[in-house]
Amino acid sequence: MRARPTLGRLVWQQIRYQNTIFWRTPASAFFTLVFPLLFLFVFTLVFGNDDIPELGVTTAQFYAPSLAVFGAVSATYTNLAITTAISRDEGILKRIRGTPLPPWVYIAGRIGSATYLAAVAATIMLGVGVAFYGVRIFAVSFPSVVVTFLVGVGCFAALGMLVAAIAPNGDSTPAIANATLLPLAFISDVFIPPNANAPSWLSVIADIFPLKHFVVAFQDAFNPGVVAAKPSWLDHFQWDHLGVMALWGVAAMVLAIRYFKWEPRSGERTGRRRRRRREPVSESA
Amino acid sequence: MPAAIEVRDLHKRYGEVQAVAGIDLVVKAGEVFALLGPNGAGKSTTVEILEGHRPRSSGDVTVLGYDPETGGRRFRERIGIVLQEQAIENQLTVTEALRVYGSMYPHPRRPAELIELVGLGEKATSRIRTLSGGQRRRLELALGLVGDPDLLFLDEPTTGFDPSARRQAWTIVESLRSLGKTILLTTHYMDEAQNLADRVAVIAHGEIVAEGAPDTLGGRADASSLISFRVPSGPIHLPAGIEVSPGPDGVIQVRTPDPTRVLHRLTSWALDRGISLDGLTVTRPSLEDVYLELTGGEE
Ligand SMILES: Nc1ncnc2c1ncn2[C@@H]1O[C@H](COP(=O)(O)OP(=O)(O)OP(=O)(O)O)[C@@H](O)[C@H]1O
Ligand SMILES: [Mg+2]
Repeated sequence: MRARPTLGRLVWQQIRYQNTIFWRTPASAFFTLVFPLLFLFVFTLVFGNDDIPELGVTTAQFYAPSLAVFGAVSATYTNLAITTAISRDEGILKRIRGTPLPPWVYIAGRIGSATYLAAVAATIMLGVGVAFYGVRIFAVSFPSVVVTFLVGVGCFAALGMLVAAIAPNGDSTPAIANATLLPLAFISDVFIPPNANAPSWLSVIADIFPLKHFVVAFQDAFNPGVVAAKPSWLDHFQWDHLGVMALWGVAAMVLAIRYFKWEPRSGERTGRRRRRRREPVSESA
Repeated sequence: MPAAIEVRDLHKRYGEVQAVAGIDLVVKAGEVFALLGPNGAGKSTTVEILEGHRPRSSGDVTVLGYDPETGGRRFRERIGIVLQEQAIENQLTVTEALRVYGSMYPHPRRPAELIELVGLGEKATSRIRTLSGGQRRRLELALGLVGDPDLLFLDEPTTGFDPSARRQAWTIVESLRSLGKTILLTTHYMDEAQNLADRVAVIAHGEIVAEGAPDTLGGRADASSLISFRVPSGPIHLPAGIEVSPGPDGVIQVRTPDPTRVLHRLTSWALDRGISLDGLTVTRPSLEDVYLELTGGEE
């Protein structure tokens, strides 16, 4: 007789099984991993790969870290929100709730898997940048890159779970996730480099939300000028950016836990889930 | 034997809808208990409260000694659930699903053994999205069994099964019964309740309207029998004292609490006159008849 499975083993297994599901869903794999690469490809094609005058870095040196962040955010925020809400519509969350698996283990599995995919997306982006676009990575700022990545991904995973928690159903989740993320990306230096002529209130708004802090902290770590000015690896940690993201992450997590539902909203019972054929009483004894 | 399930004065209200309106229920350990009732009667609501899926509005509920709302991991390790609604991860294969879900329990049953049991042998390595409706349902049954539960909840487990799959499912239930497991099932198939259940309860409008062994439900054991037959056309005079009523297609029906005596009189009357009683049958009310009576023929 085997004993009760340990929590560590259960978490690990949930991560692996969420990963399996991700890789077997080609559309979401494409969107998360390949889509940001297309941006890099197009931007360098359109702007060339010379220095951007205001910034003093090449197009790729600017966009590779920005789009790495965008990919990581897609893998956590967008992806987690959509897949979790759909799983709830399908009744899978309800099935999980009927097993002895502690609920937090399931959530941890989903977040762990999303974090892994975010790392894959960011690595592919930076790898392609280094291999084909002359992007440089600096050892002295790399610890900061890793920590910024983990804090940022944690923050956006929590926000993704919050969207899943409050979205009325799976069908509306892509709209909610994209309508919040994309406009924010446009004012958060992801697609458009910072521009002195832009109205200042726009950057004030962007500073309130976590995306810009994630992006800027990443960009700085890949900016040769910034790197040259900070000789110690410790100087590269940007506590203000990390703090804003941590704050958002914790707040989102608290709210997500508060509002998370395991069953489809009532009235949605015929949603995505297959309804089996109803038959009247038949075949008398 | 201690009771596996004890429910006292259970109520459940969804906004305006009173889905369960005061149910009392005791299911003994080792018993197979069936809930019958029309669509919307409150069967799934009751079962899901017992599973810990839904909070109750009021009443006392004890399942395997736990309150399902607070029983947590230890409680769920001992129950198996087959929900009415289907839900499995489409991207996994049959074996993977059984392995993943099995790993959540202390004493999981082996995937290969379960696949064999529910007759999914050829589909063991197929993606779940490629399964037919009935095959998915079989997998759901296997998933209900994967933790080797002491108590199994089956909400309309065989809806969508072909006849042989249903017999197979019944065999599985029989074997679980012989292992001493407790089973609470709901069904719309009267033959299923008749064949499987030690006891049945009929629910209508959130209340239990009858409860007992399938053979005695609703006074079935003492109910009158129905004798029906056909006679050649033309004027005939049945023996006095037998009350007949015309049935469909010229069939003559006699309803009687004493079929032995009536049959004897009928057959000797017919033999004396050289008349044959075509299609002679004696039936007692089926479980379905009793059920329809109890639920007002609602379905
Ligand atoms: N989540 C819910 N929100 C609101 N009303 C609900 C909900 N679930 C069930 N009901 C209502 O409660 C009543 C009982 O539903 P329940 O699902 O328990 O019926 P049932 O006996 O299982 O029926 P069926 O044979 O169709 O499965 C119905 O009127 C139904 O509309
Ligand atoms: Mg039901």
